[in-house]
Amino acid sequence: MADYITDSSSDFTEYWIDLFLGIKGNEYFCDIDDEYIRDRFNLTGLNQEVSKLPTLIDIITDLIDLDSQPEDQRDTLEHNARILYGLIHARYILTSRGLNKMFEKFRNGDFGYCPRINCQLHPLLPIGLNDSPRVASVKLYCAKCEDLFNPKSNRHAVIDGAYFGTSFPAMFFQNFPNAIPIHSKETYVPRVFGFKLHEYSQLNRWRHLQRMKLESRLVKSGINVSNVNGGFIEVEQRQEER
Amino acid sequence: MPSDEEDYIPWIQQFCELFGHDYFVQVSQDFIEDDFNLTGLSSQVPYYREALYTILDYQVETAEDSPQDNNSIPGTANTTATTNTANTSSSKKEAKNELPNKALLAHSAELLYGLIHARYIISKQGLTAMASKFERNDFGSCPRYFCDGMHLIPVGSTDIPGQETVRLYCPCCNDIYIPSSSRYLNIDGAFFGTTFPGLLVKMFPEIENQCRIRINKFSANDFGLKLFGFKVNETSASGPRMRWLRMHPKTDEEKEEYENCEFSVPKWVSDSDMEDANDDDQEDGDDLDDDEDDEDDDDEEENDDDDKTMASE
Ligand SMILES: [Zn+2]
Ligand SMILES: [Zn+2]
Repeated sequence: MADYITDSSSDFTEYWIDLFLGIKGNEYFCDIDDEYIRDRFNLTGLNQEVSKLPTLIDIITDLIDLDSQPEDQRDTLEHNARILYGLIHARYILTSRGLNKMFEKFRNGDFGYCPRINCQLHPLLPIGLNDSPRVASVKLYCAKCEDLFNPKSNRHAVIDGAYFGTSFPAMFFQNFPNAIPIHSKETYVPRVFGFKLHEYSQLNRWRHLQRMKLESRLVKSGINVSNVNGGFIEVEQRQEER
Repeated sequence: MPSDEEDYIPWIQQFCELFGHDYFVQVSQDFIEDDFNLTGLSSQVPYYREALYTILDYQVETAEDSPQDNNSIPGTANTTATTNTANTSSSKKEAKNELPNKALLAHSAELLYGLIHARYIISKQGLTAMASKFERNDFGSCPRYFCDGMHLIPVGSTDIPGQETVRLYCPCCNDIYIPSSSRYLNIDGAFFGTTFPGLLVKMFPEIENQCRIRINKFSANDFGLKLFGFKVNETSASGPRMRWLRMHPKTDEEKEEYENCEFSVPKWVSDSDMEDANDDDQEDGDDLDDDEDDEDDDDEEENDDDDKTMASE
C-alpha cells in the first residue's frame, strides 16, 4: 500500500504505535500499553490469525525496525502488524486501562455524534457485529437511541469491526454507568398540510404503547425510569403523540 | 429581459449550482409566473417585486445602479435607512428611489426562491422532479445501519423561514437526521417545508415498498447490546430501552394491538391493577385483553347482524 510508512528508519523518535495512530482513518483506536502487548497471556490464540506473531510484536513495540527485515516481506509484515494491533485492541479496550482511554475518546467525540435529531449530538461508540476478523466492518453505537450507525467517512467504514468487538459498549456502560444517557421519548410522524399521516400515527401510537408497557414492567420490578440514567426524559405537560 | 451574452446563466440555475444547494430543484418558469402560486409571499419577502424580477432574470435597478438619482433627492442617499418609510409613502417619485442594494436584493431573491421552492415541490411537477433526485440518492442515504442505505428525503421542521436548517427524513425508520455534510447546515428547512416527505411517500408507493423490503430483511434481527455473547437484560440501565422506537407489529397479538391503536393509544391495565399472575412478559397480551371492551362491542354487533340474517332466513 502506498501509505505504508517504511522509510522512517532515520527518525527513531517515531514509535510504531504513534505512527499507526496518526494514520488518517485510525482515529477510533486508542494507544495500547507496551506491557499489555508484551504479555503473551493477552495474545492467547492470536497466532492463529496472523503469521510470525513474535516478529509482529517486536515491530509494534519498536524492538525491531521494519527496515531490518527482508525487503520483499516488509509490506506483508506491516500489514499483519496492523491487523495484530487491531485484534489486541479489541481485548485491551475491555480492560480497565483501555476502557478509561476509550472513555476519554468518547468524551472528545472521537467516534462522532449520533446524526438523529432527537439524540441531540450524543457521542457514539465503536462496535463490532462479530468478534472474528474479516466478517463485518465497524459500526457506531448510540446509547441514546440504542441504534447502530454507519461511520460517515469511508476511511472509518472499512475498518474491521473485530478490532473493537461485540462486547465493548456493554462493558463500557457497565464501567461508566453515569455515561448511560436518559432516553428521549420524542418521535417523528410525517405531516401533510399540518395533518399527521394516519397509518404513521397509528404505528407511532403502537410504538408508544410498547414503550409504556416497558416502563410499566420496569416500574413493577422496582426500577425507576423517570429522569434517571437509562430511563426516560419526563417532559412536563408533554403531549402524548396522538 | 435576459441579457444576450453567450455565457449567460439563468438566476435559478446559478442558485441551484451554488455550493450546498444541490438539494434544490429548478422551479419551472411557468410555476413562478402563475400569480396564484405566489399568493401571500409578497408580505414575507422584502423588495418582493425586485426579488421576483431577479429570479426571472429581468433587469432590476439597484441602489448601486443609480447613484445620481439618489443624490439628486436630499436625504435618500442611504436607501436602506429609509426602507421603513417606503411603505407609508404614497409618492411614486419617492418610492422609485427606494431601491434595494445588491446584497439585500440577493438575500430577498434567495428567500423568495426558497419559499416558492417549498410550494413547487409539493405540486405535481415539482414532486416528480424531486422524486428523480430521491431516486438518484441526491439527498444521501440513511446513516442507520439497519436501514441498509435507504434514500433520505429533505424536510423542514417548520414552514416559517429563518427558524431551523434542513433535515433529512428516512421513510424506513421514520426518523429525522442531520445532513452528514456541513455544507447543508445553513440551508433553511422552510425551503423544503414540513409537508414534502409525507406527500412524496404517499404519491410514490414504490418508496414504501423499498422500506418494507428492508424492514422484513432485518425483522429477525433485534439488535441489543451483548457482553461476551450474552444479551444485556432490559432491567439493566444499559439494557434495551429503546427498541419500541423501531418496532413493527409482527405477532398476531401485536397486530391486533396495532389495530387498536387506530385512533388513540388504548388504555391498558396499569401495574398497580395487575395481578401477580400477570408478571411474566408473556402476559402482555392479557393486559390488553382486559382492556378490549370496545372490540367486544364490535363483535357483539357483528353477532347481532348474524342473528338478523339467521332470523330472516
Ligand atoms: Zn442516537
Ligand atoms: Zn432510516
